[in-house]
Amino acid sequence: MLIRRAPDIKSSEITTPDVYLSRRAFMAGAAAMALSPAGVAGAAAPPAPPLLPAKPNPAFRVDDPPTKFESATTYNNFYEFGVDKADPSIHAGGLRTRPWTVRVEGHCARPKTYDVDELMRLFPLEERVYRLRCVEGWSMVIPWTGFPLASLIKRVEPTSRARFVEFTTLFDPEQFPGQKTGLLSFSSLDWPYAEGLRLDEALHPLVLLTFGMYGRALPNQNGAPARVVVPWKYGFKSAKSIVRIRFVTEQPRTTWEKAAPNEYGFYSNVNPTVDHPRWSQATERRIGEFRRRPTLTFNGYADQVASLYAGMDLRKDF
Amino acid sequence: MSRPARAALKGVVWAVCLLPLLMLLWKFRADGLGANPISYVTNVLGDTTLRLLLASLALTPLRLLSRISWQMSLRRLLGLFAFFYAVLHFTTWVVVDQFFNWAGMLADVRKRPYITVGMLALTLLVPLAATSTTRMVKRLGGLNWQRLHRLVYAASVAAILHFIWLAKKGRNDPYVYALILVALLGVRLWHWTARALRRRGAVVVLAAGAQKRVVRAP
Repeated sequence: MLIRRAPDIKSSEITTPDVYLSRRAFMAGAAAMALSPAGVAGAAAPPAPPLLPAKPNPAFRVDDPPTKFESATTYNNFYEFGVDKADPSIHAGGLRTRPWTVRVEGHCARPKTYDVDELMRLFPLEERVYRLRCVEGWSMVIPWTGFPLASLIKRVEPTSRARFVEFTTLFDPEQFPGQKTGLLSFSSLDWPYAEGLRLDEALHPLVLLTFGMYGRALPNQNGAPARVVVPWKYGFKSAKSIVRIRFVTEQPRTTWEKAAPNEYGFYSNVNPTVDHPRWSQATERRIGEFRRRPTLTFNGYADQVASLYAGMDLRKDF
Repeated sequence: MSRPARAALKGVVWAVCLLPLLMLLWKFRADGLGANPISYVTNVLGDTTLRLLLASLALTPLRLLSRISWQMSLRRLLGLFAFFYAVLHFTTWVVVDQFFNWAGMLADVRKRPYITVGMLALTLLVPLAATSTTRMVKRLGGLNWQRLHRLVYAASVAAILHFIWLAKKGRNDPYVYALILVALLGVRLWHWTARALRRRGAVVVLAAGAQKRVVRAP
């Protein structure tokens, strides 16, 4: 249950980028002076991306304050850049996000390759604040900018053979060092990164085709230039830096499912009662907070999405 | 190795062993522990424990392979520092991560294999730390002390398993640690086997010699 009590933080109260950038410069200078054998935890991120203003949609907000922009852009899981949390912000500069196309294809009447700048102008952008719950047991609150994926899906008219939607991330080891197969990469993931949703899930109004966050274009480490955000599922379901959206009949095999089928299911809905085989999912640490907090069923979006799974055994279809 | 040289060497080892802790304290002061400081601190302390454990286990293979032995005087220091970081790692979990949620922690120890083996590793290190003083070595007697301290092999295996079982797929560093441990234990195994074979070989040669004499006797 969501207890609506805490006051909303106005966007004017969020630390402005100028402030954190100057702080970051100070930190970088300090870090350079220090001997640091285990790497820098709060690695300096690349400069903040350009502004991408959008009107906040009051229907999608969270009563908790948003996570600090600096945290949301330096603590990332984006294995294409490396497996450490700081790797994405360190290596993000190598990703070229223009020109960029997103191919929409498969079982639909109007397949098309969209230039990303064309894609983001198809429908009005809006800002939505969502909770983000990582399968590892931490969470954030992030203001995203985008439009409902459903708008794009309806535009390309999926056929009756379209039962699932598959998302594919860019494959380019030159830009994504984590995709290189080195000497010790014997257990790396299967590239390109693939994710998927059932068509009715993908059509749910909560699913956001996302181009920005915190009023700016997406930083590369957060999935620039275009990603999906599915707030009631664990973070890895929200594919980043996508180049293809494909309508398919068979349930797609996702990257994490292939990596460890007993640990990461196709659905991966946030569920405090279904533990990861190796750790509990009952609680989470909100980044910026000290005490763990209870994890909410469907990440707090149960009243909106639970009907999608009526009659399903969520222990079996985890 | 001369006495001042040995003192200097120990000083250097002290400094190196304290470096990760000083780095954490410095970052704490500078607000540089990152977005998830609790997780970062836990990881650094755990990593340091594993590195020091492996370092302490590397001294004997170095002696066996190179016949250099001055490093053996560092074994206690490295072992105790490994224990020190293991205790800090555990304390961080209890105090900062779980905030004295004893019921939850107990359930985790029983239910989560990676936590079970982690606790096992720490528990196995306790008697070793407790008997690390020269007085305790004398009290136990060298042979008993040596037998007891072979527990470090089990503790290291448990510690590495702890890391392997908690790490997400795609991470290779747990396996790098595991390979190093296998190599360090492998050198010992090879040495013991070779020694045992030599002894048996000696026995066989002796026996063969005796038989010859017997054959020749009549």
